[in-house]
Amino acid sequence: MRKDLILHLSALSVLLLLELLGIFSDYHQGNFARILVLAAYGVGYNILFGYTGLLSLGHALFFSAGLYASGLSVYHLDYDIGQSIILAIGISAFISSLIGFLALRTIGVSFMIVTLMFSQIAYLSILYFGSITRGDEGFVIQQSSRIFFSLDLSNPTIRYYSALLIFSLCIFINLWIAKSSFGRVLVAIRENSDRALMLGYNVQSYKLLSIIISGTISGFAGACYGILFGYVGASFATVSYSIFPLLWVLIGGAGTVLGPLVGAIFMFYLIDYASDITDAYMIIVGVSLLIVTLFARRGLLGELRYRFFKWIP
Amino acid sequence: MDLGPYLLFASLEGLVHAAVLSLIALGLSLVFGVMRIVNVAHGEFFMLGAILTWWVSNFVMGNPALGFLIALLIVPLVVGIIAMFSDLLILRHLKYDPEVTIIATIGILYIIQQFALMTFGPDARPVEQPFNIRLDLYWFGFSAYKFFVIFSAIILLFCVWLVMAKTKFGLILRATQLDSEIAQAFGIPISTVYSLVFGVGAAIAAVGAVLIVPIQQAHYLMGGEPLLLAFIVVIIGGLGSLKGTVVAAMLIGISDGIISVFFSPNLAKILATLLVVVVLLIRPNGLFRTIRI
Repeated sequence: MRKDLILHLSALSVLLLLELLGIFSDYHQGNFARILVLAAYGVGYNILFGYTGLLSLGHALFFSAGLYASGLSVYHLDYDIGQSIILAIGISAFISSLIGFLALRTIGVSFMIVTLMFSQIAYLSILYFGSITRGDEGFVIQQSSRIFFSLDLSNPTIRYYSALLIFSLCIFINLWIAKSSFGRVLVAIRENSDRALMLGYNVQSYKLLSIIISGTISGFAGACYGILFGYVGASFATVSYSIFPLLWVLIGGAGTVLGPLVGAIFMFYLIDYASDITDAYMIIVGVSLLIVTLFARRGLLGELRYRFFKWIP
Repeated sequence: MDLGPYLLFASLEGLVHAAVLSLIALGLSLVFGVMRIVNVAHGEFFMLGAILTWWVSNFVMGNPALGFLIALLIVPLVVGIIAMFSDLLILRHLKYDPEVTIIATIGILYIIQQFALMTFGPDARPVEQPFNIRLDLYWFGFSAYKFFVIFSAIILLFCVWLVMAKTKFGLILRATQLDSEIAQAFGIPISTVYSLVFGVGAAIAAVGAVLIVPIQQAHYLMGGEPLLLAFIVVIIGGLGSLKGTVVAAMLIGISDGIISVFFSPNLAKILATLLVVVVLLIRPNGLFRTIRI
């Protein structure tokens, strides 16, 4: 078997064993279920930022598109879980292609600002259509509708396994992309887009595809998050939820498959401990952003790859 | 009220917001024009200005006009110095790489915002108006202070233009903006200029905050919304262009005011952002390249 496949399978097995051997307390089990789904969101973000080199500040738009598509369809239209997730995937694919088409007319700094503003439109729209979305307050998805093939997704153990499954699915998609010729072209665009263009690749359509894949995975993660944890609210569409995946990816290492997971675990527990001490725990996010940009551009796994293991995908 | 006076009232309200918005956007635009970086923490410097004004006005007893005057002198200075320090400590070491700088200024944003939460607290707090005169405009009364806000913003914009066009410092700024390497070769201390510009940009936003706080109340989350509007303004007006910034701020501010009076403020912001999309579709990429003052 290939080295990289062994690495990722063993990482997943550790996560599985932690649960099977009952090492988790209830508290950490719940945390890790959240982290895994959020890391899946980070994986989606990483495909655009880490591999293609496009820095979006508006991924909360895709995350909340999935979150609301599934949440609203279950809440108002009585869809079952399978249908709502398929709907969420469809809608986030559609929205990401639309946003990609518009935002890719700009590059660099303007791309960042434009994605930020699109996501702000989404946030304000959620508040504006408060009669349907219940605005800031959000809504709870009843336990009775969170049943998938007679599995009760609100049960903590089943929830953990589902989260692990969702995360595994996303990293295998990521691994497959990273190893495919498509992924190589994305990296080529990240490293030198003019050169990729000169070599005859249609850079714009590769970028667009990358946004669609990234946005769809993010939307899928959002849909799963809403259903597994039973709450849908406008706070998931705020700028902070666009910054979080950026931070996880930067800390874990941009362009590494497991980077988002490492970053998400690190940040989640850092914020968790900080919020015991102060209400202003977001200050931790600010300081981490500065530390990463000033001293550790490559992130944890990125540094490991740079120094020792060149083969980490 | 009939529609006519009502519309007049809405446009006057809009004009007040447009005046403050043009100051905020001008700071953002100045920083981008000269340094070629986008300062996402700009809205937080505005918020910091508002909160410091509240502190000064509480500290100075007696006539609210006195507290206001002192705030108008001290607050922009303090905010400017804080901004200069963040440039010296952080941005300088990033060599002003555009993308990395955005991430770092997001970090600064959270630090300032959360620091305000820790010291100032989560409540919105009002500041007394320096003078309380209502002008009778036949159909409705309108606060004279709001006219004062519009007037002061115009004066400040004029001063900035004067400095940029007529003084040696303005010449240095324009030279740096045009080509920083050549400017350096002619002996202009680029890094000092950058720090100064970063400080001045934040200080201009802080002046806007001092002016608006007697109308709007100070709150630790108040920086987000003006930042979004300022982005819209500078994209439509062209970053770095003083004239474009003012024109776009008038357009956005007044239409925002009118739509907010008749419909919901959220709808106004959604529409303004959609306007940017339209502009983008007509002039992709060119938007950030209109750097001229």
